[in-house]
Amino acid sequence: MKVALETNQLIALAMKQIEPHVVAAYPITPSTEVVQEFSQYVANGDVKTEFVPVESEHSAMSACLAASLSGARVMTATASQGLAFMWEMLHIAAASRAPIVTIVANRALSAPINIHGDHADAMGARDTGWLQLWAETAQEAYDNTIQAIKIAEDPRVRFPMLVNYDGFTTSHAVETVEILEDEQVRSFLGAAPKPKYSLLDTENPASFGVLALQDYYMEFRRAQAEAYKNVKDVVLEVAEDYAKLTGRKYGILEEYKLDDADVVLVAMNSAAGTAKETVDLLRKQGKKVGVLKIRLFRPFPVEEIRCALGNAKSVVVMDRAYTYGGPSGPLFEEIATALVNEKNKPLLGNVIAGLGGRDITMEDIEHVFDLGFKALEKGNFEPLVSWVGVRE
Amino acid sequence: MAVINIKNLTDLEPRFVGGHRLCAGCNEGTIVRQVLLAAHEYEVVVLNATGCLEVTTSVYPYTSWNVPWLHEAFENVAAAASGAEAAYKALKRFGEIPEDKQIKFIAFAGDGGTYDIGLQALSGALERGHSFLYVLLDNEAYMNTGIQRSSSTPKFAWTTTSPVGEVSPGKTQPKKNIVEIVAAHGVPYVATASPSHYVDLMTKVQKALSYDGPTFLAVYSNCNRGHRNDTALSIKVARMAVETNYWPLYEIEEGKYRITYRPRKPQPIEEWLKLQGRFSHLMKPGNQDRVQELQDWVNSKWELLQKKEEFSKTL
Repeated sequence: MKVALETNQLIALAMKQIEPHVVAAYPITPSTEVVQEFSQYVANGDVKTEFVPVESEHSAMSACLAASLSGARVMTATASQGLAFMWEMLHIAAASRAPIVTIVANRALSAPINIHGDHADAMGARDTGWLQLWAETAQEAYDNTIQAIKIAEDPRVRFPMLVNYDGFTTSHAVETVEILEDEQVRSFLGAAPKPKYSLLDTENPASFGVLALQDYYMEFRRAQAEAYKNVKDVVLEVAEDYAKLTGRKYGILEEYKLDDADVVLVAMNSAAGTAKETVDLLRKQGKKVGVLKIRLFRPFPVEEIRCALGNAKSVVVMDRAYTYGGPSGPLFEEIATALVNEKNKPLLGNVIAGLGGRDITMEDIEHVFDLGFKALEKGNFEPLVSWVGVRE
Repeated sequence: MAVINIKNLTDLEPRFVGGHRLCAGCNEGTIVRQVLLAAHEYEVVVLNATGCLEVTTSVYPYTSWNVPWLHEAFENVAAAASGAEAAYKALKRFGEIPEDKQIKFIAFAGDGGTYDIGLQALSGALERGHSFLYVLLDNEAYMNTGIQRSSSTPKFAWTTTSPVGEVSPGKTQPKKNIVEIVAAHGVPYVATASPSHYVDLMTKVQKALSYDGPTFLAVYSNCNRGHRNDTALSIKVARMAVETNYWPLYEIEEGKYRITYRPRKPQPIEEWLKLQGRFSHLMKPGNQDRVQELQDWVNSKWELLQKKEEFSKTL
């Protein structure tokens, strides 16, 4: 079935179809409408969900965590300062293996305060242990939302997951998308798998969130680190099942015209669409360019990235966030780490673009590819990090 | 609601067991046992804010809790209780736990986690009307981190961040009134208690649990380390807080005040102060005005409380 909806409304619709047991959420631009629309479904009796309109994002995640450990299927939505305010609880939720799905309409962090698209929020959560899916379009955001539940709750995974899409550029855009019937979503997901221990199991009482000191803490953390190794297989299995149902196929990465590309741009979320358009244009001019789009950012797909960039000569990583005082943007650091010991690795450069909703135009992308070609001529990226579309 | 019969309660299987690492003479363990024994007719789930109780009872791989127990963080125990209660309601509605299964949620937090860093989460949960009992273990400072002042610390008390010095007589601000703050939310049952008056405490727990909605019990929980009192006298110090009217025992049930214990002859505040090293500077010459100030504060609060009780009778 095709519908034309604003992405936030579409995601609220996906949540209605998922019908989680508990949604605890707090409004924040640009994700507010997700919660707002969903609360209308609750008010209309379309879902049996217990909606907890909490007094802060910190409490949203705290309530989600307790609900998840009680065996409930749990969702929330937030952005920017809200995700930052959850930060403490993000770590605890991941280490507690609570499969909460959080929708994030990615937005810049203050200061200056800004409500527009930027990846600083989700990048700030990159070391929290949450899984992360990223979406270029409304369709992908919808499809990722449904798949995220199944990935997060899989007994081989049991980690919480962020579902990212760009604030305003995507969150407030109206696209025509293909949606599933409610029944299809529910049978695809099935019942939430029962956790081994539940907070509500009074017959078999368990203690959650205990103190572990020098003698055990590190083993807890080592075990957690190990568990991410299962995630990629589950992401692919779920994608395959989803493809059978919808015909829409997803991977860990999306490779766009990479086979013979000399210069490759790595991008996430909506800018990947602009980048693909630009590739088509430049290809007509005979330039061998391609785009690598990251769908699964956490766990970071090191092997897949090595493989996808294996033929490239020059790679420009586009970050929509920056590590202030650090060497580069966060995505670049991770791509560079993935390739550090590769023989014949491509030249690597980083561009910072689109902060605080600054438009990333096709001209910007052309300029970025240009930087990649210039590096090939000169033998290196100089400087390593370039800011694009900014007055200096 | 059954009448509290201590003899029978001692036959019950304990839900909070020994082996924990609370300090010798700490009243928290005593209070938790009293609360859980009073709740023995119900299945309970315990939520615990970060603090002394949490760190001493859950040192992996051990636990003192024979009931489901969750600790998330310091400032959010009321939000955690909200989430657990929401899941309980939802899972019932979805038919995934039996309709007749009844669980009571009990949250424990210290004064830091209640008066200060946890106040917002507490207020939110009270306003939303989640059904849970919040038990405040009020030891009047951040004892777990080493005796730092909180907004619950009484005026003139020594703490490591309200030290006594040449120009400072300890904490310079009076104790915040958390009971009134909670009561202002219009929740059905709010009460104070002390482990020294255990029948009163346990009766209040049972009353609180009989309500479907947020309820609050503020329990005086003196700390030997921070209050600098003899570990053998813990319960005596708690009793003296009541007997001096520093910590009056009362309840606010559906908005109506009732004093549940009235000292026959209220003791002067010195009788409580002198048991505690944190007030030792007040016992030195030249501090009589400060002692009097505390006495006046206690008297005016007690008078006001009695007036509220009187007025409640007209409602």
